[in-house]
Amino acid sequence: MSKILKSALLGTALTAATATAVMAEGVELEVTHWWTSGGEAAAVAKFADAWNATGNTWVDGAIAGSGGTARPIIISRIIGGDPMAATQLNHGRQAEELIEAGLLLDLTDVAEAGGWAEIVNPSSLLDACTLDGKIYCVPVNIHSAQWIWLSHAAYESAGLDVPTDWNEFTASAGSLKEAGILPLAMGQQGWQQNIAFGAITLAVAGQEAWNGVNIDKNADVARGPEYTAAFEAVAAARDLAAESNVQDWNMATNLVITGQAGAQIMGDWAQGEFSVAEQVEGKDYSCLPGLGLNPVIDTGGDAFYFPVNDDPAITAAQKELAALLISPEVQVSFNLAKGSLPVRGDIDMSTANGCMQKGLEILANGGVLPSGDISFSQDTTLQIEDLQAQFWSSDMSAADAQAAYADIIANAD
Amino acid sequence: MTVPSVPPTLSGKRPSKLFKNWMAKMASLPMILTALVVFVGGTAWTVTYSFTGSRMLPRTKWVGLDQYERLWSSDRWIISITNLGIYGICSLILTLFIGFTLAACLDRKIRFEGVFRSIFLYPFALSFVVTGLAWQWILNPDFGMQSVVRDWGWTAFSFDPLNNPDIVMFGLLIAGIWQGSGLIMCIMLAGLRGIDEDIWKAAKVDGIGTVKTYIMVVIPMMRPVFVTALVLIAAGIIKLYDLVVAQTGGGPGLSSEVPAKYVIELMFRAQNLGQGFAASTMMLCSVGIILIPWAYLEFGGRKRG
Repeated sequence: MSKILKSALLGTALTAATATAVMAEGVELEVTHWWTSGGEAAAVAKFADAWNATGNTWVDGAIAGSGGTARPIIISRIIGGDPMAATQLNHGRQAEELIEAGLLLDLTDVAEAGGWAEIVNPSSLLDACTLDGKIYCVPVNIHSAQWIWLSHAAYESAGLDVPTDWNEFTASAGSLKEAGILPLAMGQQGWQQNIAFGAITLAVAGQEAWNGVNIDKNADVARGPEYTAAFEAVAAARDLAAESNVQDWNMATNLVITGQAGAQIMGDWAQGEFSVAEQVEGKDYSCLPGLGLNPVIDTGGDAFYFPVNDDPAITAAQKELAALLISPEVQVSFNLAKGSLPVRGDIDMSTANGCMQKGLEILANGGVLPSGDISFSQDTTLQIEDLQAQFWSSDMSAADAQAAYADIIANAD
Repeated sequence: MTVPSVPPTLSGKRPSKLFKNWMAKMASLPMILTALVVFVGGTAWTVTYSFTGSRMLPRTKWVGLDQYERLWSSDRWIISITNLGIYGICSLILTLFIGFTLAACLDRKIRFEGVFRSIFLYPFALSFVVTGLAWQWILNPDFGMQSVVRDWGWTAFSFDPLNNPDIVMFGLLIAGIWQGSGLIMCIMLAGLRGIDEDIWKAAKVDGIGTVKTYIMVVIPMMRPVFVTALVLIAAGIIKLYDLVVAQTGGGPGLSSEVPAKYVIELMFRAQNLGQGFAASTMMLCSVGIILIPWAYLEFGGRKRG
């Protein structure tokens, strides 16, 4: 009997050994993300191809819906003890508590080996991944929100020149209206209205005031005259967008593409929609970073986090993947497909289109800001978005909105 | 909870009340445990943590009533409960009225009753998400009802509730009633069928009109049916969430926000568990305020009678 038992045990041990050997050769890593639209899926395939080329296996865990849908699923899986091997999140404070609870893998050794401190540009991206001097995420791209997209077709049919900054745009809005064109397309959702609010304040109130509120969280600046002017400008923009009754951002972008609306304030991801519609930058549409007034962009974006795992083989593979995501070739192929800016300044992006080149130039000149994801907690962000949603959909006065905004900033964390 | 205090008797002549029907009690033990641990335990846990400053993860950092102060000073919460009030009152009255009227019509022994019953009940088979999306399209000014009526020639016709903050709740109400009244109709119909034919004969002998018989005689006799319908409708109102998400997403602006959505968004989007728990505790309180007096009247009264 003992013989049978022994051979059985031996067999099991052998199988286990083979299994481990196979694991060491190629590790399956499940990666969750919310990149599901056409351009995004093409971009994430670049990551998957690069990872599969190393002999490992990329198990794609795409979660449909936006970050708002996917993030709770991802976080509850990590908290609930069923972690994936790697996951997309927006870098910044979304993962702060997960790090504090010790649920995410410390990547400091990988970062030091790869010299991330030297290559990541702007360095604020790496700071956003850092907590108590340790690095917990790999930034993979930069998305900025301070862009206005203008439809050439709309301006042609109204017989006007395409504006080159926000002031020219507001001046032309009356004529657009007369020509039966909606001046400003706006999806009726808080986060989109908040993007417009952020871009307009940056252009109107100036960067100093913007920094005072968004970085120093100084409520007095938010009550100050610069912000009064900014809120009045936003109230004026609200009138320009009054007839816009679409919800989703890409529906609003579509109004610009089809020439039904003059412009939209939206992040650089809107470019993907113009590309899909086969429009040419400079001929069919224009893009103005910082609304053409103040050429600075924020540096939000996506980063990958790696939940802590018991299996040393998986931990090793996680670190390997982290190094791969930021390697030059992968950065170029991924960001060209995604339409976002790369996180390192030392690579050749000459094949990028006009809008991306504008963004790269601003990055090279150092005109960068931290994004809302980095400076505010999710809680504060949602409060600001709620206020914007309320302000844009009602006739709330600029002064009331400013007072409410200052209260949120005073209690912000 | 009171534990039966009768000790097991040793004489064996009179078995304890506790062990009476012990098989049945054993069988229901898992359910009792589930109810205690999941419902009562979960509720207690939620209420407890609503007094903490928990953010993404639950933490015992006590902050007293701070979460409640913030909740009641939040515009969004006030808008949410106002909306729920409007929706709740309208939905309760209209669903009961429409449900009973449809049931009474079917009860008049019309032809093809089965067909009509299926048609009216059909929306109930759909999920709220499907209902919400369908009505979002129907009420869309560019493709839906408004454009159809305008194509017929009434070019001045305007009906665009989903983009008007003042009446968006009524856009939701239409969809909610469309879905809910079929079920209430079926329950009412069952109740009407339970009314003895002799009542009708007696009413006829006395020369009472049909409508008057319904209102004065039949409805009072259907009290238990109405109570069931009321509980079903009220539960549907409190948990109103998926319809809003599918149909309006809470918009335009914040004008169709509801409490359940506030809870979910604060807990998972704002990563502020404490605030979400405080809001759900308030929802529990509101249910309690409605339910306890009613339960007292309903069950307390019966015991005396």
